[in-house]
Amino acid sequence: MKNRREFLKETGAVLLGSQSVFALAESLPESSQQSPSAKSKVVIARDPALHGQSAVPDEQRVLNLLDRAMTTYTQRDPKDAWKHFIAIGQAQDKVIGLKVNGLGGKGIATHASLILAVAERLQQAGVKPGNILVWDQNAHFLEACGMIQNSDSGKVRCYSSDVAGFEDQESSWGVARIRITKILTRECAMVINLPILKDHSMAGVTFALKNMYGVVDRPFTLHADNCNPAVADLNAIPVFREKIRLTIGDAMSSVYEGGPGFHPEHLWYPNALIIGEDRVALDQTAWRMLERKRAEVGMPTFEAAGRPPRYIATAADAAHGLGINDPKRINLVEV
Amino acid sequence: MTHCGTWKKTAVAVAMVALVLASGCKKTQEDPFPPSGTIAGWQKTDGTRVFEAKDLWQYIDGDAEHFIQAGVVSTSTSDYTYKGNLEAVVDVHTMSGSDGARKVLETGLAHDAKMIQLGDEGVQYAQSVTFRKGPYVVRIVAYESTPDGPQALMALARGVERRL
Repeated sequence: MKNRREFLKETGAVLLGSQSVFALAESLPESSQQSPSAKSKVVIARDPALHGQSAVPDEQRVLNLLDRAMTTYTQRDPKDAWKHFIAIGQAQDKVIGLKVNGLGGKGIATHASLILAVAERLQQAGVKPGNILVWDQNAHFLEACGMIQNSDSGKVRCYSSDVAGFEDQESSWGVARIRITKILTRECAMVINLPILKDHSMAGVTFALKNMYGVVDRPFTLHADNCNPAVADLNAIPVFREKIRLTIGDAMSSVYEGGPGFHPEHLWYPNALIIGEDRVALDQTAWRMLERKRAEVGMPTFEAAGRPPRYIATAADAAHGLGINDPKRINLVEV
Repeated sequence: MTHCGTWKKTAVAVAMVALVLASGCKKTQEDPFPPSGTIAGWQKTDGTRVFEAKDLWQYIDGDAEHFIQAGVVSTSTSDYTYKGNLEAVVDVHTMSGSDGARKVLETGLAHDAKMIQLGDEGVQYAQSVTFRKGPYVVRIVAYESTPDGPQALMALARGVERRL
């Protein structure tokens, strides 16, 4: 029986340093169509021993944690869970994008071990390596995640939004007037969102919704007024609603202050993955996690710090309808 | 040869000498990033990337506005490793003046900040050193915490400070 690294090598994993990579994906129906009584499910799966004594999480433990999170979320075994999502997203034999986040640099980027684990499970569910595309805003952000650019279709592919290019025509919704990368508009049938949980100096919280700033040509135009309503407006553009099917949030490490860059003095290890389809519910959950941590270390709330993540409520309002932010209607399962 | 022609030749010669002297005497800005091997144990592992204020979002989108508000002119960055295993990044922010540098340094100080004597003012944490000197703000961050990390970071920080 092949070991995991041999399997990854044969199937084309692409990684830097001591880490390796691969990909996989899935999808489910739009949460925005839920009735007023419906709930959104969010799973937080934790492994306190994920990091051991190292700053780098153990690869096998990450894979196990991902399996546990997916099993809890879908009530299916891991392989069926992935197949289920791929089928619902109608992504069989199509490209599945993995949108990672390396903006904060090597210290606070989506972990390669998570990207690897998702890619591995996607392939085991029948996705061809070349139909897995890992991407972020630019090559340096991908490097921060431990990835190198690769366009060889025989392997898991990896390249950035600026390399793929942006649509000539602007897309707009509310205050968001941007051009979207062709990776999202043309290449991917569905996207698995792999953000990393962070404080954000303007938005307050950056996680599932805010991660889409790395998909557009001029994200800095979306920062006014604590990124509200820009985050919600951007995600209301139809291609985002339609293709971002699943979020596997990296909360293995996080910064509760000083973000979105890496400030090790505010680094923290929640040792968790946060999974769901409703990105508003995910961000609401992420916000609460960060608030708890800030309170624990004696820091002011985001409101008191002048950067409450109001975009989350905006995303949940009737005009945007992107999901649920009412904690009573979030079915939070912690394992 | 006429007197006028001699005068013209002399004037041209004087101008050329002045030009050469001016360019030769002009103080050039030294690269603030210590080359590999000049600070014990440290290797510069990457080229230097430079971002003008208008492009800073490409490097630190989300943080760029704070630097712009404080008057950043440009930011230079490069990666280093210490003894082949501890990775770190050095950012040198050139501000329009020392007031902007002070503003950046004083923003977001954590309660466990240790004040250090480096440049005009500096702070150290277990995995980072930040200091200002004139219009410059330098931040050095290690990606891991190691026993010899703080001492190594300080040595690198002093190496950068000497070049500013």
